[in-house]
This record gives sequence, structure tokens and C-alpha cells, in this order.
Amino acid sequence: MPQAVPAIAAPDPAASEARRARADWITHGILVLGVVLFALPVWLVLVGSTHDAATIGRGEVPLLPGGHAAETYAAVWTQGDTRRAQVAVSTMMFNSAVMALLITIGKIAISIVSAYAVAFFSFPGRMLCFWAIFVTLMLPVEVRIFPTFQVVSDLGLVNTYTGLIVPLIASATATLLFRQFFLTIPDELVEAAKMDGAGPMRFFKDVVLPLSATNMAALFVILFVYGWNQYLWPLLITTSADVETIVIGIVKMIGAEADTEWNRVMATTVLALLPPVAVVILMQRWFVKGLVETEK
Amino acid sequence: MATLTVERVSKSFGKVPVLHGIDLSVADGEMIVIVGASGCGKSTLLRIVAGLERATEGRIVISGADVTRLEPAERDIAMVFQNYALYPHMSVFENMSYGLRIRGVPKPEIARRVAQAAEMLGLSGLLERRPRELSGGQRQRVAMGRAIVREPKLFLFDEPLSNLDAKLRVAMRAEIKRLQRRLGVTSLFVTHDQVEAMTLGDRLVVMNQGRAAQVATPMEIFARPADTYVAGFIGSPAMNFLPATLTEGGLGARIADGPVVRFADGPRPGMAGRSLTLGVRPEHFALGGPLPLSPDLVEPLGSETVVHGRLPSGQEITLRLPGAPPGHGTIGIGIRPEHLHVFDGKTGLRLEAEPAIQPPPRVAA
Repeated sequence: MPQAVPAIAAPDPAASEARRARADWITHGILVLGVVLFALPVWLVLVGSTHDAATIGRGEVPLLPGGHAAETYAAVWTQGDTRRAQVAVSTMMFNSAVMALLITIGKIAISIVSAYAVAFFSFPGRMLCFWAIFVTLMLPVEVRIFPTFQVVSDLGLVNTYTGLIVPLIASATATLLFRQFFLTIPDELVEAAKMDGAGPMRFFKDVVLPLSATNMAALFVILFVYGWNQYLWPLLITTSADVETIVIGIVKMIGAEADTEWNRVMATTVLALLPPVAVVILMQRWFVKGLVETEK
Repeated sequence: MATLTVERVSKSFGKVPVLHGIDLSVADGEMIVIVGASGCGKSTLLRIVAGLERATEGRIVISGADVTRLEPAERDIAMVFQNYALYPHMSVFENMSYGLRIRGVPKPEIARRVAQAAEMLGLSGLLERRPRELSGGQRQRVAMGRAIVREPKLFLFDEPLSNLDAKLRVAMRAEIKRLQRRLGVTSLFVTHDQVEAMTLGDRLVVMNQGRAAQVATPMEIFARPADTYVAGFIGSPAMNFLPATLTEGGLGARIADGPVVRFADGPRPGMAGRSLTLGVRPEHFALGGPLPLSPDLVEPLGSETVVHGRLPSGQEITLRLPGAPPGHGTIGIGIRPEHLHVFDGKTGLRLEAEPAIQPPPRVAA
């Protein structure tokens, strides 16, 4: 055991104690630095949203909360900014929530069903289907964005939820993930269900779905954040305020330096942060619970 | 309660044949154990009976009805799997009742049957538990309970004991036997363990490379193995095989580089010099005979001693002697002719004595 040698050779226990303490300080230092790097911008935004427009307009970067939180948040919630977009944040949040939820649910529903077909049934062209799904992994939205836009616009779906959501709803990643998970379900479980008289639909409902709960929870988190953060596609497909999402809304609020109500932008940003954070925290409990409880 | 008939069932996976025309007829309430080394096709045969695999040729008949084309669920059979195959997200009660719920059995009836089976298996206090909260033996019992509540025509066991530790295996073996007797359900039991096979089966099917080498009661298989494969497979330590040739008149056999052994039960057919294989179980040697054995390993087991050694010809011999180990050095051993098994040297099939002093050999299926 080569790594055991230094420990045995260490002459003085006090010296090695001191060295360990120093190592602890260094690791903690690095960790704290990392936390500051990540948390500081968020903190600045949070603080900025509690000051009035003039403070930030003067070029100050306050580090401590101000006293205008309530009025700023109330204002953006009901009317957005006063200069450019003028769409209430509540409307944009609602649009974003609808889009993210439908994309998430749609992706999970479609991919779990297609993965079930590919993993459990043998039919002509099964591998072709699998590879067709696999290949689309290499074609993200950005690559096919013009033809997709053409199709959606020809169908008259610009500025509708349908146009916003449907082109994003198929997911090769989720399908592959479910397929890989299904392959780990023992054949004997499938056979036991067959002997018990469960048909394919029954087996799906009674066995596959409950066993996939953890995977669905994990995917829900990932896909919800993915859906919430969609930028390019909503930017193309939404031109009216009715279906504008919050990510687009924030960008539209920002204009020339003097023409931007930074406190409101920051308040909107804070609000935009909340749903993904809530989903992560909420589903994390499910996720961990599922990890502990499920066993194949 | 049902009978099972397997008719000329053969199976190929692609071009690889795994079963070559198996015939088997199981009486009502009988426990048949299918035993053989891995890859002999025993599990495939069971899965064909279950309906999980399709036979390439042949028929499966349960209680007179041809079920060859039926789905597993329509055959009214229940199966216990090697790894139990319990539904991990369901409680013991749900696991046991799942098949009944699918079949639309009324709830009070389900509750009654599950309670009865749980009582029988000592699971009454565990009905709310999940499979992962159970020990291996308890999971095994749940898997059996799931089969019992269905009240099927046929039980199929696919090596159900091989995931248990040695002590539990012995206990569960006895329990399965008792349960099967009590319920009187016709059963097929697949195992690679010869002790399980001998103790559980009313009759055994010894499989070798996709064929049923012998179908008979455990004692008959032990006493009169149909060929060298069966003879070597059943019995522990395994039977010794000595090459030999037939002597004039078929009255005895000349062991290669050794003495002549006279057959105790009568002459064997064939010309003098016919190639033979003599089978002698380790416990059927006598001390003080003409064969000089040089022991190279002695295993004292208390009540008996197992000696491994070689004859001058290089032939390996395993010997089981009662009592303490013999002294050092070469020991003279002899073959007790009344326990001699004679097989054809080329085909490995058993050669019976010519005048039918004993009942004629049963035809191996």
C-alpha cells in the first residue's frame, strides 16, 4: 500500500495535526471563494431590487438592502416597467409557467411512452426507431430553427401557446434516459407480470410508472428549468405581449443605460428566479425519497 | 389439479438447437424435478411450459387441453422465479393479490385467499411490508404465496432456492416439499442441485444437452443410471469410471491394465473385447483388493473418509470409506461386483445383464 507509507513515516503527530488543519483552511477558503463568486451577483440583484431607481441610476452599487422593496415588487407584478415593454410580470410569469410545465409534462409523457415501446417490444423497425430518436440528439432547436419556424408560421401558430410549446416537446435525451432505466428492469419482473395476467398497458400502469417515479422527478427538475429558461425560440415566435415569457420580458426591459429602470429589472429577475428554485427544492425531497425507497 | 403432457417439444434459438424432442408426462399432484448442468435446456423447457418461450415444435397439454398457442396468463399456471421477481413498489399483500386483482376476483375472496396463504407460509405479520424490508427467505415465501393464492393447475419453480444461503435452502426445501404435498398441485421444479433434485422429486428428469437422459424416481436413477452422464451427475462424490473390455462369454470385464471382474448379475451381450465403461460409486469399493491405489489426498469427514488417488495406469479414483482414514502408502482396493454399473464404452448407455433376472430397464424418455 504505497499511500500508507507517509502516514506511518510521519514522525510527529502534532506536526501532522497542524498540516491537516492548514489543509482544512485551504479547502474551506476555496469553497468560500466559490460561494462568493456565485452568490455575489445574485445578492447584488436582490439588493438592487430593494432600492429606488434613482440610487442605481446614479451609478451606485449598494451592498445592503434599501427600503423600497414592497413598492418595486408590487409595481412590476402589476405593470412591469414604465418605459418599454409595459407587460405585467404576473402575465409573463404565467406564460412562462404554462410553457415550462407543458414542455416538461409533454416531454416526460411522450418520451416515457416511446421508451416503453423501444425497450419492451420487438417490432419491425425497432432499431430504426431507436436510432432515429438517437440521431435527433444531434439536432438541437437552434439547428432546425428556420425550418421549424417556417412550419409553425405556415400553420398559423405564431403567438400561440401551441406554437411556443409543441416544437420543443419531443425529447431524445429523456427517451434515452427512460430506455436505459427500462433495460435495468429485470426480465423476470416482466415475466412475473405476464404470468399474473398483466397485459402491456396494465404492466405499464402498475409496474413501470411507479418504478419510474424517481426518474420522472429528476427529469421534471431538469426539464422544467430547461423550459423556463427557453430564450431563442420564444424570442422568434412571440411578438405580442399575450404570450411573452419572462426571460424575453427581462431582455425587453433593458435598453439604453439611462432609459432602464434597473430596480424593476432586478425585481423581475428575482421573481423569475423563484419558480425554478422552488421546483428544485420541492422535487429534491421527492427525488431523495425516491432514491432511498425504490429498489428493483 | 391437473396433468401435464409435454409432447416432442424441441426448441432452437436461431440455428442453435437447445431442446431435441422432449417427451414427459406428469401425473396429477406429482412433483417432477428437472435437473441438469447449466446450459442443458432445463430452464428453457420450463419456460416453454410456462408459455414464456414458444416451442419450435411439439405440444404442451395441460389437463387434456392443448395450451401450446396460449399466452402464459391463459394457461392457469403460476411460477416462482429464481430472483423472486417481486414487485418492489408493492406491499406483500399487493404482491400476492396482484394476479387475482387483474383477474377480477372479488375483494373479500382476495383477502380470504391471501390471509390463508400468508397463514400457511408464516407471513401474516408481514403483509404491509415492502419486499426490500424482508429477508431472502421471506421474499421466497412471498413469491410462493403469490403462486399459491392463484390456485393454479400447475406450479413451476425455476431454481427458487439458489439465491438463499445453505442453511435456509435446506429449510425452504423441506417447506416446499411439505407445501406441495399438502396442496397436491402438480409441479415442475428446475434445479442444478442434485441434492434438491433427489429430495424433492417424485420423479426426476435428468437433462443432458437438450435431451432427457433419464426420467425415473430418484432411487431408481441412483441405483440404475441410464448412461454415464446420469451416473456421473447424480451421487456425490461422483461415480468413478474405469475403461474395460468384455471377456469371453460376456461374463466379466477386464479393467485396463488390471484384473478381471466377474459380473454378479449375469453376462452382458457382445463379442469378447467389446469396449466398456465400468461405473463404481466411491462407497462401493472394498479394501484389500487387487487394485493398488496410491492416495494423493485424504479428506477425513468424521463418520467417513474420502480418499483421492491413482491406479498405476494413471486412472483417478475417489473412494469413500467408513470410519477413520487408512494408514499411509498404497492401499489395495477391490470392486464389489454386486454394485457394478456397466456402460457401453462408445455410447455410454447402460448395459443390463442378458437374462432378465431384474425387471427390464425403463425406457428413458
